[in-house]
Amino acid sequence: MSDDHVYMTLAEGHEDDTRWAYGTGFEDPLHGVDTTVPEGVDAAALADLCVTLADDALVSAQRLAEWTTRAPELEEEVALANIGLDLLGQARLLYSRAGQADGTGRDEDAYAYFRDAGAFRNVRLAELPNGDFAFSVVRLLVFASWRLAHFERLTAHGDPVLAAIAAKGVKELTYHRQYAAEWAVRLGDGTEESHRRMRKAQEQVAPYLGELFTAYDVRDEVVAVLRQVTEAAGLPMPVYRPLPGSGRTGEHTEHLAPLLAELQGVARAHPGATW
Amino acid sequence: MVGWEVGRMDTTRSSPVGTDGAEPDLQQHFDATIARDQRIEPRDWMPEGYRKTLIRQIAQHAHSEIIGMQPEGEWITRAPSLFVDGAAICNQVPLCRSSYGPYARAMVRICKEESFHQRQGYELLMTMMRGTQKQREMVQDAVNRWWWPSLMMFGPPDDASPNSAQSMAWKIKRHSNDELRRRFVDMTVPQAEKLGVTLPDPELRWNEELGHHDFGTPDWDELMRVIKGDGPCNDQRMERRRTAHEEGSWVREAATAHAAKQAARERKGAVA
Repeated sequence: MSDDHVYMTLAEGHEDDTRWAYGTGFEDPLHGVDTTVPEGVDAAALADLCVTLADDALVSAQRLAEWTTRAPELEEEVALANIGLDLLGQARLLYSRAGQADGTGRDEDAYAYFRDAGAFRNVRLAELPNGDFAFSVVRLLVFASWRLAHFERLTAHGDPVLAAIAAKGVKELTYHRQYAAEWAVRLGDGTEESHRRMRKAQEQVAPYLGELFTAYDVRDEVVAVLRQVTEAAGLPMPVYRPLPGSGRTGEHTEHLAPLLAELQGVARAHPGATW
Repeated sequence: MVGWEVGRMDTTRSSPVGTDGAEPDLQQHFDATIARDQRIEPRDWMPEGYRKTLIRQIAQHAHSEIIGMQPEGEWITRAPSLFVDGAAICNQVPLCRSSYGPYARAMVRICKEESFHQRQGYELLMTMMRGTQKQREMVQDAVNRWWWPSLMMFGPPDDASPNSAQSMAWKIKRHSNDELRRRFVDMTVPQAEKLGVTLPDPELRWNEELGHHDFGTPDWDELMRVIKGDGPCNDQRMERRRTAHEEGSWVREAATAHAAKQAARERKGAVA
């Protein structure tokens, strides 16, 4: 376009290019994909797995979005928003897959907006409030390392749709882990204050690690990553202190319900509305 | 939203072309470049007033993007469908565009994004108008509240915009505030009709002779109050920005300290 005013160009159509900006042209995330659950795959178990993975992603995305307009630098504001957006994209695909596998045909919004806290299966680590930037970095490092290790295995899952979602997610999560690791090193090594905050964040995260490793057998891989990063950051390995209960069975902290209230409030205030 | 320069309302006037004591050949070259519709690049000579006007305009644009994120951001965690959620956040991505590179080239990308936002907004409204009666009422209510502020966003009327003529002579601005405002009205009226909402201006009608719409006069006193820092959310928005900056200071200090340590370690490694 010319350097003429923006309003001159607004009338231009983009019909031939519906995916030129994020969020457009994706009404059905799994449009055109063969969604038949293959023989030999337990459809109910597949649906449960997808909802669980989607809940982890949706709740994390919600927390990451809360950094918008509050991050320490604009660069971080953009990065955290984009990481949240990646996870939101994963949640949409996984909910859609769950709706096909469990035979209810529910769409992504039915899972996200019309289930209560007790029905969510996310790990409690994901729902904890953001705290300071150090806490968010430590949480993201642990979450991304754990989810990446699990997604790498899921790329070989018997359901080709889930395997494809996982393959896409592996690329995204590799970046999320890298981003968090770089900040962990900066903050661990930076100043006395940043080091102190990182130590505190590690202590706050520690009780929620056990739940992650009960959920998936990826402990060795995750511990190896954390060891490498904490060494580079001059930080000790977090002490593992198990906490009873698990988000995987619907036992959540008091922080999930308010998070969901904010997420679901508008949608629930207008049942039958179209957005 | 493409901002207009608040600064020109209340700061020093730009010096007119050719009067700030520059070498005549530099000034001539600058004038000729402008006359040929060519671009001024960062290393080119430019009159001081031109530079100041640009800095003011670009800074104002960046400020409006940063502050505009706050009301937008409130919706990210509340959007009523995951699809809307995904789309709402892309309104935040333009953050990375402030202050880098010459303005005109940046504007190509910015306008592409803005035009996406406009289309997205229109489609969202269209969807809501097809929804429940309550949703239609909410859309009309929003139109009632935002119509006049929207017209104000094009800036004060031309006869109260003292530096506009200079900006247009320099081709920093290509159209006057009133021209752009009228163009916006002409564009929006058919969209409102198609949506089925009423624009809250009893004076709004098509003027066959002029080939444009006639419309009422915005409350310019209100605009002046807003741009002088007396807007309804001014304190709240500034407070949020300051708090974010202050609470992030230890992070920025840590990043700087780490970079310095890292550089020192590398130097030491190179010597050893």
